[in-house]
Amino acid sequence: MLILQCPYCGIQCDETELAPGGEAHLKRYGPGSTDEEFEAYLFERKNPLGVHFERWRHANGCGKWFLAARSTTTLEVFGTYKAQTTEPPAEIVAAIKAKLPDWEGRQ
Amino acid sequence: MRRYSAFAIAREALRHHTGWERAWRSPEPKKRYNVIVIGAGGHGLATAYYLGKNYGIRDIAVLEKGWLGGGNTGRNTTIIRSNYLQDPSAAIYEKSRSLYETFSQDLNYNAMFSPRGVMMLAQTQHEIRGYQRTAHANVLQGVQTEFISPERVKEIVPIINVGGPRYPVLGALWQPRAGSARHDAIAWGYARACSGMGMDIIQKCEVTGVRSEGGVVTGVNTSKGDIDCEKLAIVVAGHSGHLAGMAGFRLPIESVALQALVSEPIKPCMDCVVMANTVHGYMSQSDKGEMVIGGGADGYNNYTQRGSFHHIEETIRALVETFPMISRLKMMRMWGGIVDMTGDRSPIISKTPLGNIFINCGWGTGGFKSIPGSGWAMAELVAKGEPGPLAAEFGLDRFKEGRFIDESVAAGVAH
Repeated sequence: MLILQCPYCGIQCDETELAPGGEAHLKRYGPGSTDEEFEAYLFERKNPLGVHFERWRHANGCGKWFLAARSTTTLEVFGTYKAQTTEPPAEIVAAIKAKLPDWEGRQ
Repeated sequence: MRRYSAFAIAREALRHHTGWERAWRSPEPKKRYNVIVIGAGGHGLATAYYLGKNYGIRDIAVLEKGWLGGGNTGRNTTIIRSNYLQDPSAAIYEKSRSLYETFSQDLNYNAMFSPRGVMMLAQTQHEIRGYQRTAHANVLQGVQTEFISPERVKEIVPIINVGGPRYPVLGALWQPRAGSARHDAIAWGYARACSGMGMDIIQKCEVTGVRSEGGVVTGVNTSKGDIDCEKLAIVVAGHSGHLAGMAGFRLPIESVALQALVSEPIKPCMDCVVMANTVHGYMSQSDKGEMVIGGGADGYNNYTQRGSFHHIEETIRALVETFPMISRLKMMRMWGGIVDMTGDRSPIISKTPLGNIFINCGWGTGGFKSIPGSGWAMAELVAKGEPGPLAAEFGLDRFKEGRFIDESVAAGVAH
């Protein structure tokens, strides 16, 4: 069972307490953007074999959205962080690099 | 390729079964093929088969990273149905169902297709309206379904509890000609027929790169060396995004785990497939007597072929309410497959941004039932370079144009 720590209330939550919210750090395109950009924002996903940055909501808890770095091939969790950021924070990137030295970074 | 028949069994019985040949050859790859199909699951093999049968293209290699039919083809609940709301879905799934009916005769391989009927329970007022609408749509589409009463449900499935308590059965969408088939036989049957037509099925051959020149594919790099090709068909379900990444384009696909499980075998108690979409569980009885149970997909990206335990618990909890007699059954095995989900929960059979690369993916939780129809439509796309009537609506461009085939809304759940 997947266990993530909510970065707001600090609780170790198992996945029955959480709602998955898909890929994190999507850039929202709005008025003035091209059709391709808007299509990519709505539908295209990285869906990587390996490190995935994703959104979760502590649905049966504090109710807040947070972000997590997790491996889709081993289900290992590298860390969770608050959602008010457009890039993964340095300590999360360091934690991933420590476990996976060959990781090429977020594409 | 020697034909299987009652006579062949009698002949082999007399000579101690020394005359059976291998069902398919395991050759080393040639340097060049007309068409390379990546993925020797049901969909990939069906694509190769109908390319040979319908279009006479036989210079084909089917490359497989693992073993033949070892992905989702061997990891499903073998349900075959075509009671879809949207016209393009109904057309391709009905084509598929009708091809399953004649599969054994066509391929001379016993697929054990059993048109035992599929029942989708309506357990809320919303579902009653939804399934009545589907039944009306199916009349127009030429798919034989009907909306039946709770009394008729109880008559067809005596072990069902129609009285609730949480979700009483208020009716059902009944497709009598739907059913199930033996999943391995589908992959093996196609593989044998492809091999018989002279195609090369190459297992344990992982594709590591896709080569192109001037935006047109020239070949692939594999763990067994480089192979050139004129056309490339990518038919790899859960790993489609990974392969598309090698070719240099992205897909509107996310890969998640979908699980199923079987109970210990019991005496025959249910001779059709029952799906309960409100509570998210479906069940049928295999020929061995095991109750085959499936549920909802997980909500997060996953390539590990195992899913969340709490989904199993939810599924079983729901089914125990609907089928009280299974409450003491021991569950014997569980497994997970990686399904490729698109935004509208409909598949992609499409040209790609690169010339002569075609992709067939996004079947999500409905892959097994669609194998023959998907192969039929994909073969037409690969052979002609343009999609035929079955595949035309399933192009990648529908996401840009907002032309969704929105089965996610139509079904309300994974389907």
